[in-house]
Amino acid sequence: MMTDVSASADPPFRLSMLVNDRRYRSLTFQVIVFILVMAGLWWLIDNTVRNLALMGKSFNFGFLFQRAGYDIPQTPIPYTSDDTHLRAAAVGLLNTLIVSILGCIAATVLGVIVGVARLSRNWLFARLMTIFVEIFRNMPLLLWILIIYAIFTEILPPPNAYRGENPAASMILFDHVALTNRYTSIPTLAMTHDPGSLDLGARVTFNWATIAFVVALVGGWFLRRVLLSHAQSVQDRTGERPLTWWRSLAVMVLPSLFLIWYFGLHLKAPTLQGFNFTGGLNVSNGLVALWLALTLYTAAFIAEIVRAGILAVSRGQSEAAFALGLRPNRTMSLVILPQALRVIIPPLISQYLNLTKNSSLAIAVGYMDLRGTLGGTTLNQTGRELEAIVLMMLTYLVLSLIISAAMNVFNARVKLKER
Amino acid sequence: MKKTVFLGTAAAATLLSGMVMAQEGSTLAQVKERDELNCGVNTGLVGFAAPDANGNWTGFDVAFCRALAAAVLGDANKVRFVPTTGQTRFTALSSGEVDVLARNSTWTYSRDTDLALDFVGVNYYDGQGFMVNRELGVTSAKELDGATICIQTGTTTELNLADYFRANNMNYTPVNIDSNAEGEQQYMAGACDAYTTDASGLAATRAAFADPENHIILPEIISKEPLGPAVRHGDSNWGDIARWTLNALIAAEEYGITSRNIEELVRSSTNPEVQRLLGATDDLGAMMGLDAEWARRAILAGGNYGEIFAANIGEQTPIGLARGLNAQWTQGGLLYAPPFR
Repeated sequence: MMTDVSASADPPFRLSMLVNDRRYRSLTFQVIVFILVMAGLWWLIDNTVRNLALMGKSFNFGFLFQRAGYDIPQTPIPYTSDDTHLRAAAVGLLNTLIVSILGCIAATVLGVIVGVARLSRNWLFARLMTIFVEIFRNMPLLLWILIIYAIFTEILPPPNAYRGENPAASMILFDHVALTNRYTSIPTLAMTHDPGSLDLGARVTFNWATIAFVVALVGGWFLRRVLLSHAQSVQDRTGERPLTWWRSLAVMVLPSLFLIWYFGLHLKAPTLQGFNFTGGLNVSNGLVALWLALTLYTAAFIAEIVRAGILAVSRGQSEAAFALGLRPNRTMSLVILPQALRVIIPPLISQYLNLTKNSSLAIAVGYMDLRGTLGGTTLNQTGRELEAIVLMMLTYLVLSLIISAAMNVFNARVKLKER
Repeated sequence: MKKTVFLGTAAAATLLSGMVMAQEGSTLAQVKERDELNCGVNTGLVGFAAPDANGNWTGFDVAFCRALAAAVLGDANKVRFVPTTGQTRFTALSSGEVDVLARNSTWTYSRDTDLALDFVGVNYYDGQGFMVNRELGVTSAKELDGATICIQTGTTTELNLADYFRANNMNYTPVNIDSNAEGEQQYMAGACDAYTTDASGLAATRAAFADPENHIILPEIISKEPLGPAVRHGDSNWGDIARWTLNALIAAEEYGITSRNIEELVRSSTNPEVQRLLGATDDLGAMMGLDAEWARRAILAGGNYGEIFAANIGEQTPIGLARGLNAQWTQGGLLYAPPFR
């Protein structure tokens, strides 16, 4: 008997099947949501364009190539008021990077110390660290920035106080560092044999001496790795590990010492001339306050992440390591930390992202970061709110994605390799 | 049934995306409907715009807002004052958050054209100056080479400062601050050697110090700063109302109309210009959508320009500004209201 099986197994398609049939339902809803999202987006953009037209404004980035006309206190690359808004934005971005990188490093160091210390058996020490964590992570960051800045401004002496025969204030660290209510003036490095600079174009230069030092340090680090792997292979073959510490030290330090002697590197202390200290590097209190506040605030979070990471490794692991006769520091570096890092690093990425984005609070203390230049003065002087904000959002987005990507690569390298 | 639901959803989505925010009507109609004037003012500059101990806004710029509210709404108190910083003021105006901006803002070419604002006139002719502590021993701005200078970010003064030091081949370190209050604090703590802003702002700031005699305003005025109220580009009628309210205040001083003698002048004045201005003859107000007595109410709100000046920033006040450029043209100043006819 012949029956048409195909007809009963595959009924003709009806529109109601888009909702009632499980095969199509999810697709239907995805398409609807997609259309709604696109329509919403289009509505927003269309609305913006029409309202801009209504106000007689256009959307273009030509203003970036106009003369900026304002000055910036801290310029990592040469900048004058004759430069363009684009260059001012670049200066702001570099300032953002400077405070972010400094903040990430300091917050990590402090956070790890506090996190480990909170697990200390010393009752008082551990409680003090608990207080540190609770104070800093439970108050708004902006308050900390303002408090630290206000303390610097109100307590430290003005540069004037260093003047005269009997100055009211005196420089510290063998007359090399001056703390004032405007900036901390620290010595700069000077050379008797300046090798000149490498010109990268756009008035960005790198001193050859800097490049030489970077090469020496990176080269030294690689040589040390070669030495260590050689020692490892000798140990594997003979069971005897050759002494490496003095060779490592030599390849790491000697080239730099040679370069210091060769270039005649020395410290040049700042001196008070006119209104301010000159000759040294004046690190503005805005930067220091922002850096300190970001460090303390983020360190409190990192401390908790580190503590959680260490606690996540079961006690049995360290007990087993002790039973095998490993010393406590080897237990930490070989057993606990590799397992703890697996827990620590992913939330750590978020903290680095937070710190970088939080650095945009810099405007509160007059530190001219990206928000202060592109999103502040430039935005105001040109009136290009939309363009400046869009550009700023994109910059922070790209910055965050780069940090995230870099940390993910690092995470992939340190996480436990499960086979 | 299902089909229609989906078709309906799709149609709604298309319709929605086709819609734009309802186009703004005329500012005058909006203000009248709201029965309140939104006026952008300084966050706190004594003499120009600052709330007093009871929270009432007073000051030179505030008085203009009140006059405008009186002219349009008939009540000088129907004003909501929106404090704006140097950074937020123009955005507040162009986004419609405020109807008029009276916040000692300098009338410049790019603000008038590129920022799409309309400055309706000048209510104070100013210039940028420097204030220093007397102890510093500085007597001229030319001696400020290497100084640290506090400056409000987002202002024309920021650009003038850069230009001035460049032109005179001098260096300086800017300390960028957000508001006048913050600048005051930094300056008082000695975090900057000099504070720079419009000379009127310096006088107003100094007046609020505990020891004003220890601070001097240097003689150099490094820029022209014509300060005036501004409205959005594109609503000419509203611009006219703001412009002629300001002119009415200035003209009132010229013709000797004060808040005290105005009622009497309405009845007795034989000067045809005064009669037109006060609405005794001709209905000038109707030409811009107001009633005949608009100017009368504007002048009654806080007095004529001279009375407002004297009450808020004049020589009898702690701020102690002389009329100088802001005297009537008949007194050698720059104030000159076009004829009312």
